[in-house]
Amino acid sequence: MRRLALILCLLAGPLWAVEPGEILDDPALEERARDLSKGLRCMVCRNESIDESNADLARDLRLLVRERLVAGDTDDEVIDFVTDRYGEYVLLRPTLTGSNLILWAAGPVLLLLAGGVAAVYLRRRASAVPEGGDLSEDEKRRLDEIMRS
Amino acid sequence: MIIELGHFALILAFVVAIVQMTVPMIGAWKRWPGWMAAAEPAATTQFLFLAFAFAALTYGFVTSDFSLRLVILNSHTDKPMLYKVTGVWGNHEGSMLLWCVILALFGAMAAWFGGNLRPTLRARVLAVQGSVGVAFLAFLIFTSNPFLRVPVPPFDGQDLNPLLQDPGLAFHPPFLYLGYVGLSMSFSFAIAALIEGRVDAAWGRWVRPWTLAAWLFLTVGIALGSWWAYYELGWGGFWFWDPVENASFMPWLIAAALLHSAIVVEKREALKSWTILLAILAFGFSLIGAFIVRSGVLTSVHAFANDPERGVYLLAITGVFMGGALTLFAARAAAMESKGVFALLSRESALIANNVLLSVACFVVFIGTVWPLVAEMLWDRKLSVGPPFFDAAFTPFMVALAAILPMGALMPWKRARMGRVMAPLWGVLALSIAVGALVWVMQTGGRMLAPIGAVLAAWLVMGTAVELWTRAGRGEFSSKIRRLTRLPRADWGKAVAHSGFGITVFGVAALTAWTVEDIRVAREGETFQVSGYDVTLVRVEEVQGPNYISTMATIDIDRDGRDIAYLQPEKRVYPVAAMPTTEAAIANGVFRDLYVVIGDPQDNGGWSVRTFIKPFANWIWAGCIIMALGGVLSLTDRRYRVAAGAAKARRPRAVPAE
Repeated sequence: MRRLALILCLLAGPLWAVEPGEILDDPALEERARDLSKGLRCMVCRNESIDESNADLARDLRLLVRERLVAGDTDDEVIDFVTDRYGEYVLLRPTLTGSNLILWAAGPVLLLLAGGVAAVYLRRRASAVPEGGDLSEDEKRRLDEIMRS
Repeated sequence: MIIELGHFALILAFVVAIVQMTVPMIGAWKRWPGWMAAAEPAATTQFLFLAFAFAALTYGFVTSDFSLRLVILNSHTDKPMLYKVTGVWGNHEGSMLLWCVILALFGAMAAWFGGNLRPTLRARVLAVQGSVGVAFLAFLIFTSNPFLRVPVPPFDGQDLNPLLQDPGLAFHPPFLYLGYVGLSMSFSFAIAALIEGRVDAAWGRWVRPWTLAAWLFLTVGIALGSWWAYYELGWGGFWFWDPVENASFMPWLIAAALLHSAIVVEKREALKSWTILLAILAFGFSLIGAFIVRSGVLTSVHAFANDPERGVYLLAITGVFMGGALTLFAARAAAMESKGVFALLSRESALIANNVLLSVACFVVFIGTVWPLVAEMLWDRKLSVGPPFFDAAFTPFMVALAAILPMGALMPWKRARMGRVMAPLWGVLALSIAVGALVWVMQTGGRMLAPIGAVLAAWLVMGTAVELWTRAGRGEFSSKIRRLTRLPRADWGKAVAHSGFGITVFGVAALTAWTVEDIRVAREGETFQVSGYDVTLVRVEEVQGPNYISTMATIDIDRDGRDIAYLQPEKRVYPVAAMPTTEAAIANGVFRDLYVVIGDPQDNGGWSVRTFIKPFANWIWAGCIIMALGGVLSLTDRRYRVAAGAAKARRPRAVPAE
């Protein structure tokens, strides 16, 4: 905790993604931190996770995540902690709640629908009687003329 | 003077496009041969005018003509010549002009090679193509004119965005546009066929090469973009599910579906209305892509014109074309009855499964891309949809697609028997599972991603090989080889493209599962170990580039005392654009990339250094290139060459009256 505070003071200026100083000593904890950061959005960036971003805000969030982990939070508690403060916008993986259910269900439902339509179509094709050819009336008449001459 | 001529040529092209849109359409309707014949010279003229306008703009960039607003904003005298030229399309206005040039080029090619099309169909195709041209040229001239001058030219320009000063990204847009705009050809054919009320095998044979060409350009364009992101952005990601990436990926998915369904139209005269719908949607997604990239509605890493007014115009273009096309489709689709009869289990049904999976996958990408917008509008929820969603929702479709592909490819038309299809594939299946198990054992447990990727890749590549081998028929080895060499190019193209897909699948799975990352502070002369490699930071120095200042590190990588690589990652600052970029240094290998990035100097001395070991990274792009090569092979198939030859032979004749 104190180390983190120290790092916060020491490091300033432009930064690249995860900095060496941010990494936690405990590899298991660090891995959890990395996994969590991959799912959190850098709020001031365009569609980047805090794990990838160079922005100062992303760095603050990365340190916050690590701070919570060091304090003994579970992954879910860390996520809740961050979403309480920054809102749903910070989650790169939309939650399975309310209207988001439409988003998550859209693919599977459409697949079922499309599969159903395809099955009906296939069934109809399988039992269809082949037609007498694909010539229009005019073309048939011309064919007859050609055959006769 | 040349600039003014270019400007004038652009306006003339607009006028010609209006003629191309109206005259042949009326001609086809009234059956007036003279009016229909106007389409061909109009398409050629439109292309020539636009090519001249583009050349004029390029001239402005090459000579650094700072009286042009666009050149001021995107160029600089110190910029290397390559990037002066590519700067022409490294901005909104110039890229839109390139878009229009390519649109006109495709129209002109349909005019040049379309000699054996029905005259009414050809006139209508070119007229629809002309109407797309009119819409985009109006957009270009009235909202984003590249030829605007400034009254007081400055001494120097503001330089191109340094991220774009890169060979990978320099050629990414032209390929993408060839793909996006290539799909306009399929669209024009679809609309013309709907107006004619007739779709037949000949139509399928015509649409397929255009779609194939567009698809293979899109493949190359997307691969270039992803490769660029991999080495330029500094953390070795290859795909970010960014709205702009999705904008190029959606048309790719639909084009891949269209490519396959057009085969059914061509060979079996079935799936006609579905194919028409796909052709409309493919171009629709291109338009939506243009809207996403240029309107700034969905913020993303590389949207370059965040201008709401342009966005509205592009949305209007998308609305008019899609609305019109889908209305026409609703009115006419019933007339496109299918003829072919086939069983539940047949190549037709396998291709339908392919279409279902690809289009639903595309829909998933689409809904994920626009969901933040929808959620905010309807429920006032500000949320993000990022890679975790797409990985979870999209990947299953690709897994399913890869799983059924080798079986589908082996099925005969009309009726297939599962036993027959699987007979040659059982061995492949067993072998693939063995490969997966081996991979699983080698990585000693862990995530299932890589083993599944390995199973699918082995299944795809070996399944394709077995398919080719069965196509060679029975008999002696030598006669089989002889027959293999005589297989149509289209068959080879199919096999090559399918195995390319397998290779990409494996690259993605392996890279995602096995990347090793090391982030640390290293002093000059210090050596550290990253999974078996000895990495030494030899020195860090300042280097002056043509239009940038670089901090260049020299890193030596050894393994067991043997020299493996000598890498020079850089951190550049472009003073004119006041922007830093990272230039990762990569030692490419067949089985792994060594990827090093130099970071910032630390207060207590030393530099932050990132080292990545990225297994099988190159397989991702190699697979894409192989897929594109498969497309090229298929395009050079004899029947297309014969068709083109026939077109040439018939061209001198006057356009026959109906």
